[in-house]
Amino acid sequence: MSMFTFCLVKTYKVKYNLYIDILKGGRGVDILVCIKQVPATTKVKVDEKTGSLVRDGVESKLNPYDLYALETALKLREELGGSVTVITMGPPQAQAIIREAYMMGADYGCILSDRAFAGADVLATAYTLSQGIKALDRDFDLIICGRQTTDGDTAQVGPSIAEFLQIPHVTWVREIKAVDEHKIVVQQDMGDSYAIVELMYPCLITVDKDILEPRLPSYRLKLKTADRPIPMYSLANLEDKDEERYGLNGSATQVERIFPPQENVHQEIWEGTSEQLTSNIFNMLKDKKYI
Amino acid sequence: MGYRKLTEEDIGVLREICSEDRVYVGSEINEDFSHDEMVEYGKFMPEVVVEAKSIDEVSRIMKYAYKNRIPVTPRGSGTGLCGGAVPIHGGILLSLALMDRILEIDEDNMTAVVEPGVLLMDLTKAVAEKGLMYPPDPGEKSATIGGNVMTNAGGMRAIKYGVTRDYVLGMEVVLANGEILELGGKIVKNSSGYSIKDIIVGSEGTLGIVTKLTLKLMPLPERMISLLVPFGGLDECIEAVPKIIRSQIIPTAIEFMEREVIEAAEEYLGKKFPDKSADAYLLLSFDGSDTEEIEKIYERVAEVCLDAGAIDVFIADTDERQESIWDARGAFLEAIKSSTPSMDECDVVVPRDKIPEFVKFVDTLEERYEIRLRSFGHAGDGNIHVYVCKDDLDDETWKHRRDKVMEAMYNKSIELGGQVSGEHGIGHAKIGYLNDALGHVYMDLMRSIKLAFDPEGILNPGKVF
Repeated sequence: MSMFTFCLVKTYKVKYNLYIDILKGGRGVDILVCIKQVPATTKVKVDEKTGSLVRDGVESKLNPYDLYALETALKLREELGGSVTVITMGPPQAQAIIREAYMMGADYGCILSDRAFAGADVLATAYTLSQGIKALDRDFDLIICGRQTTDGDTAQVGPSIAEFLQIPHVTWVREIKAVDEHKIVVQQDMGDSYAIVELMYPCLITVDKDILEPRLPSYRLKLKTADRPIPMYSLANLEDKDEERYGLNGSATQVERIFPPQENVHQEIWEGTSEQLTSNIFNMLKDKKYI
Repeated sequence: MGYRKLTEEDIGVLREICSEDRVYVGSEINEDFSHDEMVEYGKFMPEVVVEAKSIDEVSRIMKYAYKNRIPVTPRGSGTGLCGGAVPIHGGILLSLALMDRILEIDEDNMTAVVEPGVLLMDLTKAVAEKGLMYPPDPGEKSATIGGNVMTNAGGMRAIKYGVTRDYVLGMEVVLANGEILELGGKIVKNSSGYSIKDIIVGSEGTLGIVTKLTLKLMPLPERMISLLVPFGGLDECIEAVPKIIRSQIIPTAIEFMEREVIEAAEEYLGKKFPDKSADAYLLLSFDGSDTEEIEKIYERVAEVCLDAGAIDVFIADTDERQESIWDARGAFLEAIKSSTPSMDECDVVVPRDKIPEFVKFVDTLEERYEIRLRSFGHAGDGNIHVYVCKDDLDDETWKHRRDKVMEAMYNKSIELGGQVSGEHGIGHAKIGYLNDALGHVYMDLMRSIKLAFDPEGILNPGKVF
């Protein structure tokens, strides 16, 4: 059964005075942020023959959507106290994004890395992350993910983690309406409407782009955290050691072919006075029934 | 300097030279042609607007104008800031905006041959696709290359790469009498007589009309990184600039900005800036061939900044992070403009070691003259833009205070060994200041040069002098 039933859906009057429920002197909120390393360019080339991404010489970066998740976590910590931990799954070089999260202000980090995890689809990735989260020696109140990644673009890993952990979740959060040490109230973008949802901890949210402007990595924090360890967890550290649940073996889906979408290169160039051009645009939009 | 009014016959000839649909008179003329970005300096309608499409048309128009002593004001996108492309004596406004073809990108000689109406942003994009860079980077990307050349535009990367003049290798120019002249070419060195092309660069359309340009290109750096450096106060911030320069590491840009301007840009763009904790910021950029190389360089500069009292050094190492800063930087001018009904600007340039003194001086003027000032600029090359805002002052008080504060800034700049304009030019708005700054010997020499090029005084009259 879906964990959606655990969400208490209420409609609140919009309160602009946020963070009103802060309990002073409490233990704060322990937040986990799931992050991913992605190619640094948006112009990823696809090998037309093999259908795989050409990764040679392509630099990596922290998934831009995850920056919003991390910023949200850091702001909540500033308000409530507590801690921010980041977790990623990937090859050892993905440690670079944990380092980067330290430079933005994360307290702890951890990387899940094992050959057995390679080739994971959404399901296997979410399962691995959920196992990793259980293996950490901290009970998290709130898990925050970015809305999606810029390489996979499925937007499914966040909610799938919540299902595996059996905790409630809300996706596409565009605003935090209120928060305290027991619950969080968020505004969810449903496309044509907004839902205001209150969730008790532990819970998971995925946040939308532009919920907050992400801070930049700090050189002072770079110096300060240069020696901070990044624990690496392998299959041996996880509760479920069944290799069939991980990586390619544990994937329910397989990529058949990757190909670049057809580019629409049709162009029309109009010339004329502003009045003529304005009426041209108007007529075209009308003909195409856009207006 | 009186010029006769254009007649039906004149218009007829122009229509014969260009096709009829590229000649506009009376109410057909778009009001935009009467001013540039600074409406404050007045509106002057041309008698006729002609959109030329070829060098032959430009030459024939000039021959006719020369014979009949009709003033001709050449114009690109009209994004100037000193009234340079505004027809203050009426006559013909000669738009070169339709001459916008990129004729060649020569990867062997690393040159581009373009028509003057090519937009800066289009050139940048076209050469980048071939792994090349046109280094001058003025803030206004919709300006034409012709306009950039005529004002010797500078921009953000001047500290490392220089200004427009450094990248003009050759040009085809139509003189006042319609003669066509080829200057320079795809050559790296040239000791063959006076460099007339270098006099034409920055001449604001008063010596000739450029119809083709050969530009020098550079290899496109593979990596770029920006540092946003917050400081507790303006003094510490601006005093760090000479220290960075002395460290002998050359950033591509050193920009300085204050919190108020950043907030104005946030409001204008409806987009948040990544940090607002400090009163003043430096924005530094570095380019290089790989990330490790750039990292080593920026770490040294970061240490210099921290020693100079920086609160922290923020690292913008991805496209998104750079955009979050540079989008705001690009909107400063428009943001300030939209915050006040009228404004004036000062584009002085001072020697780089005098930047702190000049900026600190400007900081005292707001109180002294009771007028709102906003400044930002290319701290690394000594070129600071100060905007004087009218706000709710009445016209008389505004004019009085504005003139006082402008005079104070220009005097200070000259005292420090600076110049009236770093990159925007003189146009008709800054003539008085130029006269004061350069003195009569220099101005007389310029007048003699003008006379040699344009004895009838028809090319962009009323500008520079």
